[in-house]
Order: sequence, then structure tokens, then C-alpha cells
Amino acid sequence: MEQTEKVVNANTSFRVKTRRGLLTPKNVPYFFIGPAFLLIMIFTVYPVISSFILSFQEVRGVEKSFVGLANYTRLFQDPIFYKSLLNTFQILIVQVPIMLLLSLLIAVGLHSSMLKGKAFFRISYFMPAITALVAASIVFMILLDENFGLVNYFLSLFGVNSIPWLTTPFWAKVSVILVMTWRWAGYNMVIFLAGLQNIPSDLYEAASIDGASKVKQFFMITIPQLKPVFIFTVVMSTIGTLQLFDEPFILTGGGPNNATMTITVYLYQAGFKFFDFGYASAIAYVLVIITAIISWIQMKLVGDE
Amino acid sequence: MVAKKITSKIIIYILLIAGVVLSIAPFYWMIVGSTLPSGEIFRVPPKLLPGDYLAKNFQTLNESLGIAKIFWNSLFIALVYTLVSTLISAMAGYAFAKFKFKGKNVFFFIILCTLMIPSQVTLIPLFEMMVTFNWLNTYQAIILPTLASPFAIYLMRQNMKAIPDSIMEASRIDGAGELKIFFTVILPVTRPAMAAVGIFLFMSQWNSLLWPLITLNSKEMFTLPVALSSLIGMARIDYGQLMLGTTLSTIPIMIFFLLLQKHFISGILGGSVKE
Repeated sequence: MEQTEKVVNANTSFRVKTRRGLLTPKNVPYFFIGPAFLLIMIFTVYPVISSFILSFQEVRGVEKSFVGLANYTRLFQDPIFYKSLLNTFQILIVQVPIMLLLSLLIAVGLHSSMLKGKAFFRISYFMPAITALVAASIVFMILLDENFGLVNYFLSLFGVNSIPWLTTPFWAKVSVILVMTWRWAGYNMVIFLAGLQNIPSDLYEAASIDGASKVKQFFMITIPQLKPVFIFTVVMSTIGTLQLFDEPFILTGGGPNNATMTITVYLYQAGFKFFDFGYASAIAYVLVIITAIISWIQMKLVGDE
Repeated sequence: MVAKKITSKIIIYILLIAGVVLSIAPFYWMIVGSTLPSGEIFRVPPKLLPGDYLAKNFQTLNESLGIAKIFWNSLFIALVYTLVSTLISAMAGYAFAKFKFKGKNVFFFIILCTLMIPSQVTLIPLFEMMVTFNWLNTYQAIILPTLASPFAIYLMRQNMKAIPDSIMEASRIDGAGELKIFFTVILPVTRPAMAAVGIFLFMSQWNSLLWPLITLNSKEMFTLPVALSSLIGMARIDYGQLMLGTTLSTIPIMIFFLLLQKHFISGILGGSVKE
């Protein structure tokens, strides 16, 4: 008896709601999705399309005219653009492996040795990852000053001649790589550490019983088990590096002699220093295509991860 | 054998501590630098202890930038952004995880696509849009374009999927409205995920440089990263105030991090690491 009453009550309350035109299980998903949908359409989808059209246009003040592929042909004859591509890839190819190796080594060191104060180490290594890239770049700009920077001072104690960190093309790239590595190594280390902790310990026990050495265990168990973590960190670092902006912008402004000009710094200059919107959009679309190709290759290498 | 083990342990310790020193030393120098006059920062041999120039640096920094307003700009933008964006992504994530509706798959596909596309592509049209709306140098110009974060929506969807449907069904039978179910049943259950997403969003907004650099050009609207980058562009850089500026932009985050470090780490890693 009581139950039927409850059901009736529930039914009437449903009916009341529909009559008032309030939210029902049927229409409510549109209410929940609405804000996100509108925002993404207006501020992401529309700009992505608009920028594609812009890349075939020339913009003079408020006037726009179609120029076909002119922006793209100009792009592929532009030595500075090639330079920015080359720089981005040089930094990518050197920085990502070095950083990830370092992250892995720290993670393995922390994980293996049953250290005291693991939490302390983890917090300390993660600290750089909470700083703004701008702040990190500024502090390093000061640390790496050729004549009076702390880094050169400490190196001089070991008899190293002062290094022109920010003023010569080679060392400027090294400096950008240094800042990136300082900023991101701990971040990736924490990811590796979590990966290491997820490896079932009976794998190691079995290997020990079989008489496998620690080194052999590392290469036969740890590395293969970490594969998904590797893929994740490589993909994230690659995409991040392709979009590199803050560090070179603050540290060297893209110089000296365009040695640290990256794709995004060049896009920024074309768009917001010279207000060449069509050209900047073409640069952006080349970045999209490169990102797509690299993501595709990485997906292929991984299978269906 | 035992001796060998102990030495290897000591070596690992030494290397790890060296790494910690390298990670932390720039913070130390940043804080010390903010208490030194420009010339002292570049003294050889360096003076590695704090000086008494903090107040003077603060004064010059305030004169050149109006630091209180800039700090407020950064804080206001990041807080509003975080609160609204977390709510929007929780709502969207909920709809994707728990409802069937027309257009769901198409829209989810769009979200996955926008996850892959570098955001640089949107810069030029967004800038044109801000000019059309007359929104340059406004808070909404910074907050709105990234307010619906595909990444946050995706994360919330993943988390909401784990909630059993029976909880919602039970509330419906009890006569609870859909909004009530969302706010009083669903949101409390997903609090940890929302904390992680919130921290992620806060950090990305607090540290963001490129878009604010494009849309803000009047000093009193600057956020901290833009203000700092403007200090570098000056003809004579005052390094004392520059160091103080970086310290001011870093310290609040550092305090939060030390207080909430577990949440923080999983937040910054975008919830990709479960502990």
C-alpha cells in the first residue's frame, strides 16, 4: 500500500515538472552540454576554420583579399621560417630524449633504493613544474649572464672559461634546452615514478629466483612495463616542444641571429609585430600539419594505445 | 657484498641530493635576488645571502607596474576562470558520461579533435574577434576563449563514467529534479576529480603568457606573466625588481603546492597519474 503511494507521488511529481516545462531526463543533457558547446563553437571551431580561410588571404588593415596559395609559397621561400622549423626540431630531438632519460634515472633511483624521505625528494623535484615558464626563464636569464651570472661563476671555480650562454647561436639553444629540462624533468619523473610503482613486484621476484641480475631485470622487466608511460611522456613532450614559445621569447627573444626562433615565436612576430595575419595563419596551419603528421607517426608506432 | 651495497646506496643518495640542489637553487637565488639591488645580483664573487633591498625593490616595482593591481588581475582572472571552467566541464562531462542524446557523438568527436589541434591556430581569428567585440584589455578576453577546456571535459567524462547509474535512478525515483541530482549527488562524488581539474586549470591560467600578451596592452590590465615580460623589454632592466616580480608570481603557488601537494601533483599532471 505504502509503495503504490510512493510510485503515484513520484509519477505526479514527474508530471508536474513536464507540465511546467522544467528539465527532464530527456532534455537535460542539452542543458548540461550547452555552455561548453557554445563556447567551443565560438572560440575554437570558428577560429580554426576562419584561420584556414585567412591563410589564403592577404590582410591590409580591414581589407581582405584572396591570394590563393601566395602565403604558403612565400612561406616555403622564407629562410627565417626554415630556420624556425630547423631550430624547433633540433631542440626537440636533443631536449626530449635527454630530459626523459634524466627523469627515468631519477625515478629509478628514487624507486629502487628504499630511500628515507622519498616524499621530500618527490616534492623537491616537482617544484620547478609549478613555476610559470616566464618566471623560470627570467631566473635563468639572470643565472646564465655571460659576465656576471652565477652559472659562469661556479664554472670558473672549476677552471671553465666563461660561456656566452645567451649571446651565441649554439649556446643560446643550449640555454633554452637547459631551462626546458629544468622545468619539465621533475614533472616527467613523477609520471615515471607512478609507472614504476604500478609494476607488479612478483615479476621481479620471479626474475630473481631465475637468477636474473638487477641490470638484466631493468631491461627485461622495467623498460617493457613502462612502455605506455614512455609513449605518453614522449607524445606530450613532443607536442609541447613543437609549440615552444615562452622560454625563447623571454630568454633570447628568438635571437641571437634567429638561433632560437621557433615556429610559435615566428608566428607571434608575423601576426602581432607585423600584423601580417594571412601569413601568420599559414604558419599556424603548417604547425597543425606537422603536429598531425607526428601524432600520426607516433600512433602508428604504438598501435592502438 | 654488503659494503658494495652501502656504497652504491650512498652514491645514489649523493646524486639525488645534487639533483635536488639543482632543482631548488634557482628558487633560492630568485628569492635572494629580490632582496638585492640590481648591481649586487651581478657581483663577482656573488653574495649568496639575502640583502636589505626588498622594500626598495618593492617600491620601484610598484612605481613601474602598479603591482597590487597586476596581482589582483592575475588572481581574479585565474579564480573566476577556474570556478566557471570546472563547473562547465563537470556539466559537459556528466552529459557525455551519463546521457544519450542526439549529436552526442559528433560533439564528442569535435572535442577530441580540438584536443589535438595546437591552440596557436586560433590566435589570429580570436584576436580579430576581440577587436570586433571591443574586448582588448578586458578580463573576459582572457577568460572566455579557453573557458570550455576540451581536456577538462574529457577528464570529467572519464571520472563521471565510474559513477553507477543506480545512484541517479534512485534519486529520480525519490522525486529529485535533474539539477538537484547533479549538484547534490553527482558533484560531491566527483570532488577529487574536480580538485585536480581545478588545480590544472588554475595553473594553466596563472602561468599563461601568449594569449594575454596579445590581448592586453595597457599596463593596468596586465597579468603577472605579461608584466614580467614587459619588464624585460625595458631599455634598462632593473634586475632587483624583476627578481621580486618573479618571486611574487611564484610564492603563492609554492605555498599552495606545499599545502596540497598530492592534489597538486595529480592536478598538474592532468589527473594522468593516480595515486
